[in-house]
Amino acid sequence: MPDLKFSDAEPDDHERALVDALVEQPPVVRQSERVVLGGIRRAGDARHLLLPGLHDLNASRGWISPGGLNYLAESLQVPPAEAFGVASFYDLFELEEPDMPGPRHHVCVDASCALADASGYAQQLRAEGKNVHEGPCLGQCENAPALFIQARSSDPVDMASTGETEQKFNATLANRLLRRFGLVDPQSLRSYREHGGYQALKTAIEVGQEEIIRLVTESGLTGRGGAAFPTGRKWRTVANHDHRQKYVVANADESEPGTFKDRMIIENDPFALIEAMTIAGFATGCTKGWIYIRGEYSTATKRLRSAIEQAYQAGLLGANVHDGAFTFDIELRQGAGAYICGEETALFNSIEGFRGEPRSKPPFPTESGLFGCPTIVNNPETLINVLDIATYGVDVFRSVGTPNSPGTKLFCVSGDVGNPGLYEAAFGLPLHELLEVAGVQIEDVQAVLLGGAAGRFLAPPNLDLPLSFEGTAERGATLGSGAVTVFSKDVDLWSVLVRLAKFFRDESCGQCVPCRIGTTRQHEVLLQIRGTQPNESERVLLSDLSMVMGDSSICGLGHTAASAVQSAFTEGLVGVQT
Amino acid sequence: MFGAGGGTSSYKEVEEADFVLLWGSNARAAHPIYFHHVLKGIRNGGSMYAVDPRRTDSAKFAETWLGINVGSDIALANALAREIIAADLHDTRFIEHSTIGFEAFVEHVEPYTLDFAASATGVDAGTIKDLAHRYATATTAQILWTLGITEHHNGVENVLSLCNLALLTGHVGRWGSGLVPLRGQNNVQGGGDMGALPNKLPGFQDIDDPTALRKFETAYGVPLNPRPGLHLTLMFEAMAKRELTGLYIIGENPADSEADVRHTRDLLRNLDLLVVQDIFMTRTAELADVVLPASVGWAECDGTVTSSERRVQRVRAALEPPSGTRHDHEIIGLLAQRFGVPWPTTSPEHLWDELRSLSPMHKGMTYTRLEQGEGLQWPCPDINHPGTQYLHGWLWEEDLGGHDPAPFSLTNHEGPKEKVTSDYPLRLTTGRVLDSYNTGVQTRGYSSPIRSGVDLEISHLDAKELSLVEGERVTVSSPRGSVEMTVSIKSDQAQGLAFTTFHFPELVDLNLLTNDQWDPLSGTAEFKAAAIRIDKLVGNNRA
Amino acid sequence: MSNKSVSLHIDDQLITVPEGTTILEAAQSMNIEIPTLCWAENLTPVNVCRLCVVEAEGARTLIPACSRTCEDGAAVKTNTDRVRENRRMVLELLDSANDLSQSDNLQELISDYGADSDRYTDPVKTTTPPKVEDDLFVRAYERCVLCYKCVEACGDDAQFTFAIAVAGRGFDAKISTEHDVPLPESACVYCGNCIGVCPTNALQFKTEFDMREAANWRPEEQSVTETICSYCGVGCTLELHTQDNQIVKVTSPADHSVTSGHLCVKGRFGWQYVQAPVYRAPSSDSEQSAK
Repeated sequence: MPDLKFSDAEPDDHERALVDALVEQPPVVRQSERVVLGGIRRAGDARHLLLPGLHDLNASRGWISPGGLNYLAESLQVPPAEAFGVASFYDLFELEEPDMPGPRHHVCVDASCALADASGYAQQLRAEGKNVHEGPCLGQCENAPALFIQARSSDPVDMASTGETEQKFNATLANRLLRRFGLVDPQSLRSYREHGGYQALKTAIEVGQEEIIRLVTESGLTGRGGAAFPTGRKWRTVANHDHRQKYVVANADESEPGTFKDRMIIENDPFALIEAMTIAGFATGCTKGWIYIRGEYSTATKRLRSAIEQAYQAGLLGANVHDGAFTFDIELRQGAGAYICGEETALFNSIEGFRGEPRSKPPFPTESGLFGCPTIVNNPETLINVLDIATYGVDVFRSVGTPNSPGTKLFCVSGDVGNPGLYEAAFGLPLHELLEVAGVQIEDVQAVLLGGAAGRFLAPPNLDLPLSFEGTAERGATLGSGAVTVFSKDVDLWSVLVRLAKFFRDESCGQCVPCRIGTTRQHEVLLQIRGTQPNESERVLLSDLSMVMGDSSICGLGHTAASAVQSAFTEGLVGVQT
Repeated sequence: MFGAGGGTSSYKEVEEADFVLLWGSNARAAHPIYFHHVLKGIRNGGSMYAVDPRRTDSAKFAETWLGINVGSDIALANALAREIIAADLHDTRFIEHSTIGFEAFVEHVEPYTLDFAASATGVDAGTIKDLAHRYATATTAQILWTLGITEHHNGVENVLSLCNLALLTGHVGRWGSGLVPLRGQNNVQGGGDMGALPNKLPGFQDIDDPTALRKFETAYGVPLNPRPGLHLTLMFEAMAKRELTGLYIIGENPADSEADVRHTRDLLRNLDLLVVQDIFMTRTAELADVVLPASVGWAECDGTVTSSERRVQRVRAALEPPSGTRHDHEIIGLLAQRFGVPWPTTSPEHLWDELRSLSPMHKGMTYTRLEQGEGLQWPCPDINHPGTQYLHGWLWEEDLGGHDPAPFSLTNHEGPKEKVTSDYPLRLTTGRVLDSYNTGVQTRGYSSPIRSGVDLEISHLDAKELSLVEGERVTVSSPRGSVEMTVSIKSDQAQGLAFTTFHFPELVDLNLLTNDQWDPLSGTAEFKAAAIRIDKLVGNNRA
Repeated sequence: MSNKSVSLHIDDQLITVPEGTTILEAAQSMNIEIPTLCWAENLTPVNVCRLCVVEAEGARTLIPACSRTCEDGAAVKTNTDRVRENRRMVLELLDSANDLSQSDNLQELISDYGADSDRYTDPVKTTTPPKVEDDLFVRAYERCVLCYKCVEACGDDAQFTFAIAVAGRGFDAKISTEHDVPLPESACVYCGNCIGVCPTNALQFKTEFDMREAANWRPEEQSVTETICSYCGVGCTLELHTQDNQIVKVTSPADHSVTSGHLCVKGRFGWQYVQAPVYRAPSSDSEQSAK
């Protein structure tokens, strides 16, 4: 770009080599001593490499050195202040040399892990001399307390793979999305094909684009991330756009505390996601897909990377999918520790090499999304539903579930649960039935947090709640991402509330006033009244904060930052004189 | 030219232009707020190419930078023209309707092949061809330039060569397309508008037009000298011949700013009478017999100035001037009274109204109108006229609005007068930096955190050849003189090219080096091209 | 902006505006006042302060008037209880976190809306000592409300220098150079366009800072004169703010077609010679020098 000023800080040889390998088309090209290509647009085209570059640098030394950052910024012509602003946005990046050598051990201290004595676990690791960081949910709630070891490229290989844990899933209530779990070899395209893989794409190509969109629309499939937007409508809008470039984005930045379904989909059946995205691309005329996956999901990332590579080799991705039927590429991007990047527009900014701050909507992604182009964003669970819809049709898809919530849903059950894990169930199942199957002693339940941190608490009288969009909506609850976190009667709910408030305070991007300051004040107030009964003015204060965050924040993070806390009051779980 | 006298386009147009060709201008540093408009254009999807011997801060914003040899502008422009014609990208209807001399022009540029231009400019033929095609096929295109075009011995021909490109492609006379020379001071344009040119009366009326002359004589009540006067360079020549022995200088500092400044200072010293009217005790003022302390035009006086988009704007007094200083118009008025001419003590508005009565292009610009809004762009012939956003719209009118068709000009590539030789093997060129201004008398007053001083910037290749290191003090010599300077080594500077600023004459008497070869049409000296030599300091190492 | 127009109700009055007009612009044209903080007419709306929220029929949450464009058939209310309560809370949150004492506009709004930041016990605040790194300007980030205006002005809304950006996250997010290096080491070119847009005086001229320190800053005695900058031929309008016959700071009107409110280092700061006696003193043997 322009008259940027870079510092004199130099990268080491390894950092230099990493950046050089990353930037294949540099924004400034010295064609000769007298001709140089440059300018703003070329710099803009290269900027999406910033996030992968930061990952490479951070993995190289366990932190991002000033020399490395400066060299990356110069190579991409990103202003150094902006490169610093982006790097400092993410939890997984260190900008100062760590006091302690060795990989960073992230221990989750959110609800389910806290119940499993996460702080004791962290203390134990510290005692072993590990570099420990206590942080938000790692999406391994079924194996609490969860640990993620952020390995450096110099660390031994087995270190990097400690993220692999026991796969706990249960398909006794329904078995569609979990069909291949445990049967298919997630690292083998051949195995995927032997288990029915790529039949759906074949069918899709046979019936054509219009028909696929019609099927998805009539199936009644809606988004499984929480907002439940009709998938067919998104696809239709993007398909209708006559834009030079359109994108499909798989949002696998699953960060809602208590949620781990998309990680398990990718770990167990990665080709299903690739196939479903390919169908989306085919149906809507998008020639490029992006998968944005949580930075903490190392096993899933590894498997996905291998699956994408195999799909390319088999001609199932690339310029001639299915012998020239169409073009579809997939690029993988890793998040770096920021809950907010699961918000679709923050996710775009993150991919594009900007801070993961949500954009204002409208314009919606289907009009102006990634790189300003019409974009479909769906999460992996939503996408893989398309495979069955394409293969078996609308009637079969709608044969389970409720009329307004057809099909099945994945539930991530954790906390005070006998058999934590991933459960598939037809929509409409009463909550207590799910809990019983998961080995919960219903009479011991103090509360269930449905939908993660952004969700709501349910008190025992509400455990008959039907698990459908309409069923939850009727009682002012939300399915959210399908996180079901169970708290038994001996849990101190105040601690849970304080931690929830801390989570939002830590994860607010800081962009808008209601959320930046509101989440901070909410946490402060809860800390002050913790263990006591809130007085009237404190109740009013919390309620005012809830109002301004809910009404006036830019995005869903702020809108829901007080929901769980407020629901604990309205359900009578806390704050009642006994 | 086709009757100009001012930039054709409004700033707003560059925000919407499809293609911008920045040629010999480091507007990022010299015209920063104009460059904001350029940047808006780029942000809006426009493209910019830059032609400049140096990859300046401005050129870094360009999609493509063409680093031509100093003084090879005409070779490039003519080759662009030839390529546009050869590729059949010229606007034949426009040419036929609005121009004359096309046939001769085609013949004239025939020798300017891409290969010829490549060897003359140092830029490869493919890039030149690319530029020709981008400019010609753009829906709207502007050429912007500054002193990199005009401060040459053939600066006027350089300008004409750029005008040819606009005529060839129809990139003039309509919204978004045009030719924009950026003015260096807040009232260069206004000075010309007011007749501070040797051959013009206010409003660009010719002094040898008897009707115009009579109009002014009647208004002023005195006979006027009908002969064109001398431009600056000719004045110095006349001083050298002792034909001119008295000089009244208002707000100029030639003892620092002229090329070959030692010669200039000798001439000023030899005058019988030198009167200097200035806000500072400049080096020129120090040579004067009489100094008339003036107030600061833009902060202590009322009046008007005219910008690069021909916008007449009000300046206003915000401060009481220091005691003992007077407004320029007041000093001149009082002098006139001492000379026995009964000029009334008068206000700027009164003077302006007198101008309006004599200059048709200013007639509609009353002070009341100038006070409201943002000023007015000339021509503004009557009080209901909104002012003119772009010039030469007549080129697109059915009957050319009664004008003669615009002529193509035949220009020849010569290169700088002063050739580099084995004695003086490096090319020195000069320019502005962001935080300083001209000879520095106005910018020395604030402490800029980004002030870089007055280093001689050279290519790392030349540094290697001359065994020079960063920060080394050296002797820099041209055929006219020598100064001591500090070397700054640049990795992206062309070999053989040296650059410095002229803002710090108190530190380095740079114009001892510069070349006073001047353009016979404009009188501008060739500041942009001297030949120099760098010698290591004898018996002294690093500073 | 297209040629199409849309009609909507704002506070029960019907108005027709060109498509693309924001609710704020439409309201302004009807003389309906909507408070703003992060909005400026010379910058792209970022809608982060949320002070301009209004209520639109059918919308679940409030919407920012500064960036939301008018939709045909919409019904917008700019001053309902819900709107006022939300604005009151936004002001209260800001006041609880920052020193807003040098922002008259916010002080007025705080009292108008009855915002009471004393409700919070020991709230964490933004506390950073003023950064005085050069002779031209001062950055006092304890007053920074993170409105992004300076970042926009330094970036692609005007200057394209990108010397500053937002760094960090959440409550700890702040305006920063890379690694928080001092401004003179950064890419800053001292155009001062960040000062020009700062709504809370977190960024200010060194002259103003020094005069405030010396208890000599008297805005009520200052006058503003428009003139034209002398440092090149572009013709930038300067607003010279003067006190005691001295220029104390320089701005440019945000709605001016030449500058859009933005200047360069020379126009913003280069005026000092005018009032520096050492430069202006007529020579010693002149009769006026007696003064």
